[in-house]
Amino acid sequence: MGFDTIVCVKQVPDTGNITGDAMKPDGTVNRAALPAIFNPEDLHALEAALDLRDRFGGTVTAVTMGPGGACEVLRECLYRGADRVILISDRRAAASDTLATSYILSQAVRKIGRYDLVFCGRQAIDGDTAQVGPQMAEKLGIPQITYYEKLVDLSGQTIRVRRNVGNGWEILEGRLPILVTVVDTANKPRPPAAKRVMRFKRARSVGEVGGQVGKDMPQASDAQKQAQAARLFEAVRAAGMVIEQWDLDDIKADLTWCGMAGSPTKVHRVQSIVLTKEGFTSVPPTAEGVAKMVHELIVDHTLG
Amino acid sequence: MIEPNRKGEVWLFAEQEDGHLSDTSLELCGKARELADTLGVKVGAVLVGWNVRELSYLLIAHGVDNVYYVHDTRLEYYRTQPYARAACQLIARDKPQIVLYGATPIGRDLAPRIASEIRAGLTADCTDLQIGDYTDPKTKKEYCHLLHQIRPAFGGNIIATIVNHDRWPQMATVREGVMRMGEGDPSRSGQILEEKIEFNDFDMAIKLIERHREARKVNLKAARIIVAGGGAVGSKANFKLIHDLAGVLGAAVGASRAAIDSGFIGKEHQVGQTGTTVRPALYIACGISGAIQHRAGMEESAKIVAINWDKDAPIFGVAHYGIVGDINKIIPMMIKSIRERG
Ligand SMILES: Cc1cc2nc3c(=O)[nH]c(=O)nc-3n(C[C@H](O)[C@H](O)[C@H](O)COP(=O)(O)OP(=O)(O)OC[C@H]3O[C@@H](n4cnc5c(N)ncnc54)[C@H](O)[C@@H]3O)c2cc1C
Repeated sequence: MGFDTIVCVKQVPDTGNITGDAMKPDGTVNRAALPAIFNPEDLHALEAALDLRDRFGGTVTAVTMGPGGACEVLRECLYRGADRVILISDRRAAASDTLATSYILSQAVRKIGRYDLVFCGRQAIDGDTAQVGPQMAEKLGIPQITYYEKLVDLSGQTIRVRRNVGNGWEILEGRLPILVTVVDTANKPRPPAAKRVMRFKRARSVGEVGGQVGKDMPQASDAQKQAQAARLFEAVRAAGMVIEQWDLDDIKADLTWCGMAGSPTKVHRVQSIVLTKEGFTSVPPTAEGVAKMVHELIVDHTLG
Repeated sequence: MIEPNRKGEVWLFAEQEDGHLSDTSLELCGKARELADTLGVKVGAVLVGWNVRELSYLLIAHGVDNVYYVHDTRLEYYRTQPYARAACQLIARDKPQIVLYGATPIGRDLAPRIASEIRAGLTADCTDLQIGDYTDPKTKKEYCHLLHQIRPAFGGNIIATIVNHDRWPQMATVREGVMRMGEGDPSRSGQILEEKIEFNDFDMAIKLIERHREARKVNLKAARIIVAGGGAVGSKANFKLIHDLAGVLGAAVGASRAAIDSGFIGKEHQVGQTGTTVRPALYIACGISGAIQHRAGMEESAKIVAINWDKDAPIFGVAHYGIVGDINKIIPMMIKSIRERG
């Protein structure tokens, strides 16, 4: 037996550690100034999938959509135990909102073909929308269970899951295939395994190999570069170190559903948060100062 | 795909559990009313459940004109697919121009499923909604009276305004507690329209096996006064200081995430972007730095008192009264002077 799972992961800017130079003077975010990290809840989704495979057998395939640099999170998936990793990368996918993103990811899932479960993190810290998971489920025509916290039972094609709904929990039952979004209380993600790090740190995508050749042989002709890239990538393949890379044509995406054209929501305006320093009543840190403030709050009916 | 319909109503999804409307639903009623008045259209509410017809009157009292009441024994408890089916069918039929949902666990599960099915845009977790215009930067085409969907992004470090001009309805989930809940006017009148929806087996694919709800022990949102403690409190034992001040004021106790992560107090007390958004008459921040994620949840409070020994702490940027000093000295002084006045 065993179950084949697909995990959707995302590389995100570390919005928890935003410093001064992360904001450009025009108020937009300078993504380049922020460290890129593995979206935290996606690590919990990966762990849920790996745990399932450890217990029941099967495979774990990790998929991400992003620029070439997103291969970093796919290598992280390999270090932790993923069997196969796929990068969806295409300039025409830029500026996709959650609806377009969920379409593109669902096309990737269709291309992968056989699967029993799709795991997503509940939400990504750069947008906090929690929309891609449910939208993918709808696009794939399968049920969704959001806020997965615990696997209660899995036998045959029937799954029981406990989900955390904020003011309580519930147990839902459904039949596979199904899409699940995972919250951070679900599990403790395993660290990268040292042996796997040694093995997979040389895993590469076609794009990464091409980029490296371009850097190493700046004087060479395009034909020479291509030949060298092909040679190197063949070596990566022979070693079983491939990060598969698909574009929108590979996943047979309808371009009117992707990128800007496929995104109903448009950003109208972006403002950075500036502290409003209008000034406040400074209260001396003394018994008299505090008493005077309390008195004022009583007089204006804030207290009592 | 649904084309823009300028005559469409402003709708909200009326979330109910166990026969109680969520606070957010009532907050949405007020906002929807305001938007609909600006646009000159009616407010509709989609109410889904079993035996909850009487909730319609509460919705009407809070500003709804038409309640679309979908009832069926199988809808007693929320499940994504049948609720989404009901909403999608009504949206496709009536073409509202705006549909709002609470950014609650249910709203955030339901709204994206609906958005995907009808291929509409959806903006998550809005903190403000306004009617405004938009010029497409490429085509220079102007669009009037669109819904400006305003939300923090990037961990609260920027505020983005999102519009959706070609594929309607314009949909948004709205953060809990940020819109003001009106008083409600029981003399308002409105219509209740009973709707029958056909469900198929796939809609009912997920079964609810067991369900457990905890009454929310702390009701920060309803509190008139909140005393909140931060990382500076230092220990669970020392949090007694915060409880004591709250005690003499009859206030609820809030906390920053640093205080929660350090185990001083439970997560249900967290104020901020990933906690509760509050707007009490008085918010007393004790030893809280005022990180942007914390301020996002409390800066709308009518009065803010900040106590922090660092005169440059960002919390002072939103404070009305600022005390630069040690909380361990200041709080006992406050308790004493409140008791004396009491
Ligand atoms: C995605 C994300 C979401 C987040 N969501 C939230 C959220 O919802 N709510 C939230 O609160 N935070 C949230 N945070 C965390 C937030 O960034 C801050 O880390 C947190 O608010 C800090 O809490 P604090 O100010 O109490 O603690 P600290 O940063 O430890 O600050 C303590 C403050 O107390 C002062 N102080 C110390 N000792 C004393 C004393 N004896 N007397 C007086 N003053 C003293 C210090 O000067 C300092 O200003 C979030 C972060 C991220 C990345």
